[in-house]
Amino acid sequence: MKRTFSERLAILSDAAKYDASCASSGTEKRTSKGGKGLGSTESSGICHAHTPDGRCISLLKILMTNFCIYDCAYCINRISSGVERARFSVEDIVWLTLEFYRRNYIEGLFLSSGIIRSSDYTMEELVRVARVLRLEHGFRGYIHLKTIPDASPDLLAEAGLYADRLSINVELPTEKGLSLYAPEKNAAGIRGAMGHIRGRMEAAAEKAPSGRRPPRFAPGGQSTQMIVGADEATDRDILSSSATLYTGYRLRRVYYSAFSPIPDASARLPVIRPPLLREHRLYQADWLFRFYGFGFQEITESRPGGMLDLDMDPKLSWALDHRALFPVDINRADRETLLRIPGIGPRSVAALLAARKHRTVRLEDLERLKISIRKVRPFITTPDWRPTRLADRKDLRALFAPAPAQLSLL
Amino acid sequence: MTRLHVVTLPADASFQTWRDHARKLLRNDIPASFVEWRVRSAQDDLFAEESVLPAVAEGCQRTVRRGCVKLLQRILCHSSPDRFALAYRVLWRAGRAPGLIRDAADPDIAAANHMARQVRHDVHHMKSYVRFSEKQVAGSVSGSQARHFVSWFEPEHHILEIVAPFFAGRFADMNWLILTPKGSVAWDGAEAVVTREPCARETLEDETGHLWHTYYRSVFNPARVKMNAMRSGMPRKFWKNLPETGLIPEMLAEAARRGAG
Ligand code: SF4
Repeated sequence: MKRTFSERLAILSDAAKYDASCASSGTEKRTSKGGKGLGSTESSGICHAHTPDGRCISLLKILMTNFCIYDCAYCINRISSGVERARFSVEDIVWLTLEFYRRNYIEGLFLSSGIIRSSDYTMEELVRVARVLRLEHGFRGYIHLKTIPDASPDLLAEAGLYADRLSINVELPTEKGLSLYAPEKNAAGIRGAMGHIRGRMEAAAEKAPSGRRPPRFAPGGQSTQMIVGADEATDRDILSSSATLYTGYRLRRVYYSAFSPIPDASARLPVIRPPLLREHRLYQADWLFRFYGFGFQEITESRPGGMLDLDMDPKLSWALDHRALFPVDINRADRETLLRIPGIGPRSVAALLAARKHRTVRLEDLERLKISIRKVRPFITTPDWRPTRLADRKDLRALFAPAPAQLSLL
Repeated sequence: MTRLHVVTLPADASFQTWRDHARKLLRNDIPASFVEWRVRSAQDDLFAEESVLPAVAEGCQRTVRRGCVKLLQRILCHSSPDRFALAYRVLWRAGRAPGLIRDAADPDIAAANHMARQVRHDVHHMKSYVRFSEKQVAGSVSGSQARHFVSWFEPEHHILEIVAPFFAGRFADMNWLILTPKGSVAWDGAEAVVTREPCARETLEDETGHLWHTYYRSVFNPARVKMNAMRSGMPRKFWKNLPETGLIPEMLAEAARRGAG
């Protein structure tokens, strides 16, 4: 019996939701003004809806098919899973993307797929969707393509020509985890593809000596995802893996996905599910690295067992472990030091530095600079405020520990 | 010089209208504390007392920095009746202290930044939550192939001029119309026309809507319910015009059932 379009959409979007990324940011600026096409991009991306799991919907995120010849234990689409299967044709996906886009539901498409027949065959189909969208329909919205492990370099090159972002999931933070749970995949192959993509991106950004511009290649960069809590990797392992991905492979984003108890889970997987809070803390740590000038290493170095504190965010936790550095004089401290104060973000730091040129900042001024006095008070001094030295307080952690959480769904 | 000057403006006065008055006041060197900005209501229309200022040559005009003009433009989009007075106060003071607007700890600048931020959020929300529905138009006159789309949206502030270029740059190959209680934007493939004439609410239906509902329901992960995160991303006030939010109670009930099982 043939399924309706809507039923196939339900299966193929359900299967795609375990991929955390939905970002549509950081690509080149385009519009369709004056031309015949449809679509544009914004530097920071737009969320068009939020689902009750708190996630934003920015892209139409679907699989071309959830049939797969591989058997990755953590994945609901693995060959041994009893999940319902479906497939969209290239034309189906193109049509749906354009119709959703015209109604302003989405910023574009994030297309991934289970592996059918071969890596190259699958990748070719994904690339064809992007090619038809770009060349036949003049689509200028965002396209994110998942690259299939072991697909040929030529296909990668063509993917980069049409896509804004490419991603290939490292899946598990350590090689050991990968060989245990994704027997057909190999870490070296994945890293090889990432390195290859990085090389192409850098080549595309440079002008050749002849003055000719090299072909466009995924201006939105590449990203990846790691599953958290399916294997034994500690937060320290995960973050050191991120460090390599950011610095070694120049990834734009690393996503962390708390292993979700998938229906029909493989018996090889741990039965306990990691707290969602763990994923959240990893994102916070990642954020500290990307925007606050923290090194990944210093975030976890004093943490017992290499695990981030679940009770408080990693910045506060770091501050309490380095209490001798506080309080900080907010009228004197440099940018780097200000960024270390719990409760102050990069934007507040910029406002603070600008305001300092005009006045001596007092406690009451902070409110206007969008800084919560309650949060920062223990860590700063102003002419009218001096906290009890943090180092002298014994009840410190208790002071910041959260109130017991309520156990309701809403 | 110490007389109080009264300026009465329509509630939806544009930046240009305000600027014409502000320039005149500035040329006459009238401090912010001597100006009262009023919003014209339907009743006092006939009896509004305007103070007449002597025309002063264009030349003796103070200049302010670009950043300041930008900030003023932003806050003039705000719907608060206080915006006219605040904008003039900022303009007056910035003329004497050019660095003023960078001092976010100053009460006037903090208030202005706050308004600008609210306007920015409104712009962002409009880009996010406008939903187009297709309208079948019989026998288009120009014979063009372009499809027709309509949307109903309720912005908080007067932002149509700001968002019009975004929609024009994005949906260039279709004809569209956005109706709001604060005016409308229309695009015919060549030009975006903005009006400030309030529009009547439209109820819109679209066949593709059911696929969007299917998608919305399917990408939701019932293993993690985070309603606060959802509400902060998609504030309650927008829900009534977003068809998919009607599915939420049912999705939550389903998630609770699974959680319990
Ligand atoms: S290859 Fe991808 S789709 Fe296939 S089982 Fe592994 S993770 Fe799932």
